[in-house]
Amino acid sequence: MTKKRWFQGIGLILLVALGVFAYQTRQVSHAGQSITAVGSTALQPLVEAAGEQYTGEHLGTFINVQGGGTGTGLSQIQEGAVQIGNSDLFASEQKGITSKQLVDHRVAVVGITPIVNRKNGVQNLTTQQLTAVFTGQVTNWKQVGGADRPIVIINRAQGSGTRATFEKFGMNGHRSRTAQEQDSSGMVRQIVATTPGAISYVAFSYVDKTVDALHLNGVAPTEANVIDNHWKIWSYEHLYTNGQPTGLTKDFIAYVESPAIQKTLVRQLGYLSPDQMHIERDVTGKVTQIGGAR
Amino acid sequence: MKEQSTSVASLERQLKKHSKAAKLEVWGRVVSFSALVLIVAVVVAIIGFVASKGIATFTTNHVSLWDFLTGKNWNPGIKDAHGKPEVGALSMIVGSFLITILSALIATPFAIGTAVFMNEISPNRGAKILRPVTELLVGIPSVVYGFIGLSVVVPFTRSVFGGSGFGILSGTFVLFVMVLPTVTSMSADALRAVPRFYREASLALGATQWQTIYKVVLRAATPGLMTAVVFGMARAFGEALAVQMVIGNAALMPHSLVDPAATLTSVLTTGIGNTVMGSLQNNALWSLALVLLLMSLVFNLIVRLIGRKGRLQ
Repeated sequence: MTKKRWFQGIGLILLVALGVFAYQTRQVSHAGQSITAVGSTALQPLVEAAGEQYTGEHLGTFINVQGGGTGTGLSQIQEGAVQIGNSDLFASEQKGITSKQLVDHRVAVVGITPIVNRKNGVQNLTTQQLTAVFTGQVTNWKQVGGADRPIVIINRAQGSGTRATFEKFGMNGHRSRTAQEQDSSGMVRQIVATTPGAISYVAFSYVDKTVDALHLNGVAPTEANVIDNHWKIWSYEHLYTNGQPTGLTKDFIAYVESPAIQKTLVRQLGYLSPDQMHIERDVTGKVTQIGGAR
Repeated sequence: MKEQSTSVASLERQLKKHSKAAKLEVWGRVVSFSALVLIVAVVVAIIGFVASKGIATFTTNHVSLWDFLTGKNWNPGIKDAHGKPEVGALSMIVGSFLITILSALIATPFAIGTAVFMNEISPNRGAKILRPVTELLVGIPSVVYGFIGLSVVVPFTRSVFGGSGFGILSGTFVLFVMVLPTVTSMSADALRAVPRFYREASLALGATQWQTIYKVVLRAATPGLMTAVVFGMARAFGEALAVQMVIGNAALMPHSLVDPAATLTSVLTTGIGNTVMGSLQNNALWSLALVLLLMSLVFNLIVRLIGRKGRLQ
């Protein structure tokens, strides 16, 4: 019996100690040493790499980066559940986001290109042809000058930032017909590479030798063409905060926007830096010339 | 006299006092009861949460239940000609049922055959080889099945049956392998539960082994076998990842088995990250989740029903 009491006593002490420990760590994490960024999977690699680098340089801080998609990022930041919401879209473009509190921080530019299976025999399309392909008016590659094989459309999921950008700037706002949907760019590339007749769209960084990137109206999908807006299908990558950022959030966003990251990590990971752009585009698609590359 | 009364009093005390065993009894009851309460609370909370979210489509967003269940267009972000959001879930419901029923249809004969071999024909080898192998199949994560499906089954379907390879047929092939171990091991249990004297009596009457298996063992085990198949169907119906990787996720009414289609689960997994909590798009996905939950309840009820019928016989 006494032995049992001993064990109970030790158990109680352990429990209390655990509680105290949890309380202590809770205090620490609320003191601004740890922030969470959630959202876009397209932006996730950049924020993750920048976060790692930042926490390496600033001991005692922790940047927690999670995916989940643009919708998740924006709804979580609107609810104030996280410190940073990663988004491929302007917040006002996403349905269900009403908060006027959200503050936009553009940290990167991503070019998006149509990709096709290598055996389709098509290298160039006009915007009109591309729209016809995705809306289902054209169903065989030979109708746009390619091989005689049926067109297989692979879409990203509804609400995906890449898809929204592609439909807005690649198809002049037309909506793709209902077709296959995949929820990640890596998956899309693999399917396009292995499926005869397939066409889809991914960010530049996902293009490799297994697929062909299409020229559009004779313009090649290159970073140089994105910079001066000859290539129209691109989007900003946004870090959204609920109200003006403070503390670690503010420091981290400033760090991501600093030349140290913009000139190195951003470009290494296949994004463009907003500083490189010769033009600026607002949420309505209005383009203004800016000073040029800094 | 006095001594007697004290001994009576002490005896009374002894009897009225809770013994150590009795205390342990109470303690054990408290522990197991609170475990039960916790589990029930979790289940109720999940059902309540999914239901409240799923019903919001109909109460807050004023989508009619009929449109939801019979509509064929699934574009929650877009309004149709009448200004109503396009949230017709029929194509996904049909896709889910088709793929479930087809994979169960293919898997059942194989599963029962394996179970018969394991139990009746060659119990030794069955126990040594087949049982561990089926158990191994259960342990393989669904993402592995999906990946194999994407890199082997889809190209195979494309070259043999045509189309893009993504579709209900590929999904059926993958699910067939996934539900097979479940159905097999449950069928084997059902066959093992058939009393030995049934077989002995049948053989004593001069029946051959096959006649015994076919006319006696399988008949006696029918309720158990049906339970096994329904369990397999429940697993197929709820499987998300592997199916999503091979079915193509096109929310279209399936016109053929090699056209891309969608199931309730595949639309949920692809869509949930791209919607905003509380918006119609999000609520519509919760409604799909509610349909899934209700269907798994139905599968459970069917299993119960079969179990009860089996007992009466």
